This record gives sequence, structure tokens and C-alpha cells, in this order.
Amino acid sequence: MWQLLSSTGLLTEDTIASPAQIGVAAGELVAAGTLQSAILVSVQRVGLGFLIGATIGLVTAVVAGLSRLGEDALDPPMQMLRTLPHFGLIPLFITWFGIGETPKLALIAMGVAFPLYLNTFGGIRNIDTKTTEAAAAMGLTWSQRIRHVVIPGALPQMLVGLRQSLGIAWLSLIVAETISASSGLGYMINLAKEFQQTDVIVVGLAVYSLLGLATDSLVRIVERRALAWRS
Amino acid sequence: MALLKTTPRPSSPHAPRGDDDEYVARVTGHSRSFGDTHVLKSIDLDIRPGEFVVMLGRSGCGKSTLLRSLARLDPSPRAEVVIGGRTSVAFQEPRLLPWKRVRDNVALALLNTTERRDRDRLAEQALGEVGLTDKLGSWPRQLSGGQAQRVSLARALVSNPSLLLLDEPFSALDALTRIDMHQLVIQLWRRHSMAILLVTHDVDEALALADRVVLMDEGRLAHTWQISLPRPDRAPSQPEIAGARAEILQALGVKPLPPNPKRQKQTEQGAA
Repeated sequence: MWQLLSSTGLLTEDTIASPAQIGVAAGELVAAGTLQSAILVSVQRVGLGFLIGATIGLVTAVVAGLSRLGEDALDPPMQMLRTLPHFGLIPLFITWFGIGETPKLALIAMGVAFPLYLNTFGGIRNIDTKTTEAAAAMGLTWSQRIRHVVIPGALPQMLVGLRQSLGIAWLSLIVAETISASSGLGYMINLAKEFQQTDVIVVGLAVYSLLGLATDSLVRIVERRALAWRS
Repeated sequence: MALLKTTPRPSSPHAPRGDDDEYVARVTGHSRSFGDTHVLKSIDLDIRPGEFVVMLGRSGCGKSTLLRSLARLDPSPRAEVVIGGRTSVAFQEPRLLPWKRVRDNVALALLNTTERRDRDRLAEQALGEVGLTDKLGSWPRQLSGGQAQRVSLARALVSNPSLLLLDEPFSALDALTRIDMHQLVIQLWRRHSMAILLVTHDVDEALALADRVVLMDEGRLAHTWQISLPRPDRAPSQPEIAGARAEILQALGVKPLPPNPKRQKQTEQGAA
């Protein structure tokens, strides 16, 4: 239908390119290597930002989840920070970090850290103390209890957080790249905007959503494997 | 065969010798309070090797607290609670790890005592003893209440304890399953000749299982009954059992049912 509307001229190229054109554009972008290098840059950005954010989120969640002292020290500030809409921090990040890679990574990391923190912390706290006690009665040491009780017990909730945070990571990437970028998918889209190449814009958007879908499916595969005991 | 005394097994590392001096747990002057509430008041209790002790009491009398002290789940002074060998616990709920298969749940109890290669075999053996050989690879979620409780028993047994602590392990089961479990526990106890301390509020359960019934009341061990009748003969109508039952219920403060006044009236009218 989309193709039909485009072919009959009802849908002009200025509004949106036809699927065939988009296909051709995608082919050209791949042939020139533009698309691959843009994807590589964007994936690296998300990967690094995610890694930083996930480390912060997980470490704080584990410390706060396992000790009262840690909870008192970390939970209130985390709860306060999480209410900040993190896109609202962009001006501040640009002031602090300039317009290079750092503010982009900071934005992604910030978006990733909180859902992962909240869910992992909740997951650890929701473990039935009776189960932990049974493990203690069996003579399991502290680290054995972490390995056999706490981690698997918190895993379902943590994976929920992981899916949320991956979604936010891609969203943050798009926002960060749209605002300012000299490489990556967002840059490609921005450049296409200048030349009104709607076909290239659509290719960029499609790649964004495919990448998001890919990481989500990855987590779902992990979920199916790791949480087989729940079905 | 009726077994009243457990026969020592020379092969067992915890073979009971029957000396009066010997104990697997010795509690002396053990007190415990939470805030202003004195839950345990100077408890004295010896559990001999291979002895089956049942502790009775109303809810909140402190019996579970004492069991937790014996299991070292609460901080208790080492001098007040001395444990002679390995202990293990089975609780009212099975408390299995839902993310581990049945076999791995049992094998986990051997994590610090047994070589990795022997754990699975011993776990399978213990599960065989409770009749669950066909559930080795199941998830706990797939088990019935009685099966889960049997896994919990296997997990407690697999480490070959000299004292098995059972905290109301059958109270959540239906009446028929409970009778099955009583027989299973007796079988396991005879085979392994470990000492058992079972905490319950079920007087009939106590009379069916115990060598010795101790009654806890407001943090004190108030009474003791030795039940010497062989277990298969412990019908409720047996004078020894019926007598002990009446005494225990009285000690627990359960008053006998008064005669039905309606019925009495009718009889009077009939007589008139």
C-alpha cells in the first residue's frame, strides 16, 4: 500500500520515500560502507555506555541489597536521582563534558543504571529469608549463599531491569546522536535531513529499531534459559 | 519389628553407645529473650545418640526458638548449647531452592563436606530413601506438598547428621500424607540411627513417634514422658497411650469436653 501510494504520487518523496527507494538506499549505503561504519560507531557507543551504567547499577544494587549500611548510604541518593528525567540533564552534560563522546556515554549510562539498580535491589530484597536461612542451616558460607541463593533468586527481577535498561540505552543513544554527532547512525540521519533524503532517514530508523529488537531478543533468550525453573 | 532402643551400628561414625553420659546435644541453663520477653528460661535438655525426642507446646511457647538455638541459627552461647556432632534441619515449609533441580537441592547440603564427584550419587541415594528416585531431575515447583517435604527430609539426611532437627515438618500436610510421613521418618530413623528432635503441637504425632515427649510451657521444659511401648502397638486405645495423652492434654491446658447439657436433660426426662 505504501508502495502503491508512492508510485501513484500521492505520497511524495519529500514526505517519505517509497519502500523500493528505501531498499535501494540501503543497498547503496551498504555498498559504500557508510551504514556498516555508522552502525559500528553507534553500537560501540551503546555498548560502552551500557557497560558503565550497568556496572554502576549492579554494584550499587548489590551493596545496598546485601547490607543495611549500604542501603542507608546508597538507596536514598539513588531514589532521588532516579526521579530526574535524565534527558533533562543534557544541557548540564554538555556544559560539563562538551559535545564529544563523553556526554553521550554519560546519558546512556545514566539511563541504564537506574532501572538496573531498582530491579536488582528489589530482586535481592525479595528473596525469601527462609530460603537464605535454610542455606545457612546447611552450613553454606556467605559467598556460597550469594552464589546459590542470592544471585539466582534476584535474577528474574534483574533481567526485567536489564530489558528496561537496554531499551532506554537505545533511546538515549538516538537522543544523544540527534543532538550532536559527527559519526554514527544519528549523524547519518542528520546528514540525510540536510539533503532531505527521506530514504536514508528511514534506513537509519529501521536499523535503530532492529538493533533494539536484537538486544531485547538476546535478553529473552537468556531469560528462557536461566529461568526455565519458573515455567 | 518393634524397635524401642536403637541398635548401635559399628559402621556409623556416630554410633550410639548408650552411655548416659553421651549426648548429641546438651542444653544447660539456656535462656533467651527478645527485648522484655523471656522466650526461653533456663532450659536443660540432653539428647542422647539415636534418641527420638518430641517437643510439644502451644504456639509461642518457645519450642521453635530452642530448635533454632540447636541449629545454630540464632546466636546462642556455646557453653549453654553444646552440640556433639553434625546437625541438620527440616522446616515446616520445604524451603527448597526453586531454581535448582531436586537432585541439586539435595546435593547442595554436601557442598562443604563432600567431594564434588560423590555429591550427586549421595543425593540420589538419599532421594531414593524417601522414594523420589523418579523426581531427581524435576524442578521443586513440579512437586506436591508431600513430595517437596520429602525432598527437604532427604536434604537434611544426606549429610548424615547425628542430630536431625524437625520443626513442625508435617503440620502443613494433609492428614493421610502426614501418616505416610510418620512412617517414613520412623524408617529413616531406624536405618540411620541418628537422634531426632521433632517440634510439634500435635499430641498424637508426638505419641506415635517419640521415645520421650518433653513439654514446653512458657519457656520452660515443664514435663517429660517416656513412651516405652513399641511403635506398632501405639493404638490410641492402648492404656499407656491413652493415659499419656490425657496427661499431656491436661498439662497443655486443654480441658476435657464437658458433658452435653442437652443430652443430659434428655436423659433426665427419659428417667422421669
